[in-house]
Amino acid sequence: MSGGAKLKVRVAEVVNVNDMIKRFRFVSLDGSPMPAFSGGAHTVVEMDDDGVRRLNPYSLMSDPEDRSAYEISVRRDDAGRGGSLFMHRHVTPGLQMEISYPVNLFPLDTRARKHLMIAGGIGITPFLAQIAQLTHFGGRFELHYAARSQALGAYMDRLTAAHPAQVHCYFDDQGQVIDLARVLSMQPIGTHLYVCGPKGMIAWVLSTATSLGWPEKALHHEEFLAPGTGMPFQVDLAATGKTITVGTNQSLLEAMEAAGVDAPYLCRGGACGQCETNVIACDGAILHRDHWLTADEHAAGRKIMPCVSRFEGKSLTIDR
Amino acid sequence: MSLDFNLGAFNDYFRNETFRDDFTYANSPAGIRRFPFPFDRDDYMYSVNMEPHVPGRKGSVFEHAFDVDEHYVSEMIDRAKVLASDPLRCQSLPHMTLAGWDLLELIMEAKARDYPQWFTLTKDGNRWHWINRPLGIDHHFTFLDDSTLPYGPFEYITRQTQGDFTLQDERDNDLWMDAGMVTSQADWSLDFDIGMSFMEWHAPVPLAHEKGIFDRALKFLLKLQHGAPVRRFNWTMTVNPLLDTAPETYPVWGPTKTSLTPENLGQKQHLRVELQALFRLPRSNAIAFSIRCYLGRFEELVTIPKWGRRLHRVIRDINPDVAAYKGFLRNRDAMVAWLAGYDDGAPTSPGFWPED
Repeated sequence: MSGGAKLKVRVAEVVNVNDMIKRFRFVSLDGSPMPAFSGGAHTVVEMDDDGVRRLNPYSLMSDPEDRSAYEISVRRDDAGRGGSLFMHRHVTPGLQMEISYPVNLFPLDTRARKHLMIAGGIGITPFLAQIAQLTHFGGRFELHYAARSQALGAYMDRLTAAHPAQVHCYFDDQGQVIDLARVLSMQPIGTHLYVCGPKGMIAWVLSTATSLGWPEKALHHEEFLAPGTGMPFQVDLAATGKTITVGTNQSLLEAMEAAGVDAPYLCRGGACGQCETNVIACDGAILHRDHWLTADEHAAGRKIMPCVSRFEGKSLTIDR
Repeated sequence: MSLDFNLGAFNDYFRNETFRDDFTYANSPAGIRRFPFPFDRDDYMYSVNMEPHVPGRKGSVFEHAFDVDEHYVSEMIDRAKVLASDPLRCQSLPHMTLAGWDLLELIMEAKARDYPQWFTLTKDGNRWHWINRPLGIDHHFTFLDDSTLPYGPFEYITRQTQGDFTLQDERDNDLWMDAGMVTSQADWSLDFDIGMSFMEWHAPVPLAHEKGIFDRALKFLLKLQHGAPVRRFNWTMTVNPLLDTAPETYPVWGPTKTSLTPENLGQKQHLRVELQALFRLPRSNAIAFSIRCYLGRFEELVTIPKWGRRLHRVIRDINPDVAAYKGFLRNRDAMVAWLAGYDDGAPTSPGFWPED
């Protein structure tokens, strides 16, 4: 089946972290230990939203050596397609769910002499697991974590309490900004940089580091894209002989699944490449939204990532 | 603590045999029937040929994640001898220790679950108790604490597990061979390959690059998921049941390729099959690659009529470049002549199982 190995879990606890964020704790249905994982990994949570199947990726934030449960934090997106709203409104203790085995698209480079982490908002979650792992197995790190306000700075208290010398917090509403050029200039050779947060922050951190001469292979980032909304469009599926319509709040991948087409996927956020599909005919414009295909591949229009990308025009035929 | 084997273990099941000097290795009749004959049709060409590594037919080499067979104890003794003469056959770069613990956990849990009569693992938090009865090992140690084992975790567990192992670190959208235990290899060197990327260590393979096989295989492996291991076969030919066909010792075993005669070929020539499995490891995000070698004497294999017919046809029609890379081109005609006596021209059924 597409999407890889699954875990059957029960929601053990839901905690209001702040006005925007809830934390969910999953335990295995049969009481067996959860698989260990690597810091930076995510799981894809499957939701049955009143008949609509939603699958959203969330970074695992719990200690990877804690086999009793997995924890994720979900930031409510009132303007989103509904996945985070479903989690906030309908996922309560006792609910049985299916989640994927952990997949890591944002791993630590274990050769690094030091790990420099930059987090914005909910982008803190993968770093929580990575810091726990580094605490077990050794490894220097330094975290710079920016949030809109003190009230929205999830997990800042526990991070600063456990690692007072390594954790630095910044608040937008107090006009505090990471002095990035200075932070980057103070790192020992062999440091790897990791950034997770809003799109603008990732671009700012990567371009600043690049302009200061940091090697490309020492720079790591993770950004999950929500599939996004758009105009409905029609797609011909050549391999299965079906014609489907993708709704405004639906991704092409979701529309194929709703039509009973077993299409491959892993991250569902335009990052992993698993759902890459060949375009057979296209009379119109593919709205590429992934960061898997290269700029040249986007321009050529012979491939599409159905988990996030859309189409506008007369007709689109893909090999699925 | 040491890892000296305390054998009293050669019983009715585990064979007391050698893979060197007098070469007393052999398969029992039951061992022949469960031999992983790699050809599911009458011809052969490279392919990625991956499938999920899920439990397979009972009694077959696929029944369990890590097959323990009648050669287990003797193979582990042979590995210890190879390592004593060349310690560089086992190497692990400093950043791969956590992956070594991942592999130790994977193997111990699997063996204790699948072969409770031979292996027992008891856990009290991170205080573990491991019993390996065939090798006479009874150790208490602390999981994730290197100082509590006589070797690093990777070397410790692979000295007790049949098959070669490599650990691949994943970074920069590539895989890097950063650890290995390699004593039963088909003529490749860990000491040469360690630290190489996926394309670098596969560079010598002919034809497959042109077919784009390695591009697809790398893409596939980068998406390998924990909990969903995969497997494939590879094969070659070896004169004498020699597990350790290493480049480092080629002057010793290479010349044996010239020792075949029509009279001794059926006894000396072995089909060498590798059952390769790939596992994503949980804590390190590394990929473990197990390369399990099975040796089948030509005389043994042709006792299965279907395999005698098919082996003749595959070797007769194989691409000479492939035969050269696998190192048996000089003996190919002699093999075909010997095998022809076991091919009556009858059709063979699809698939590799002996009886189908």
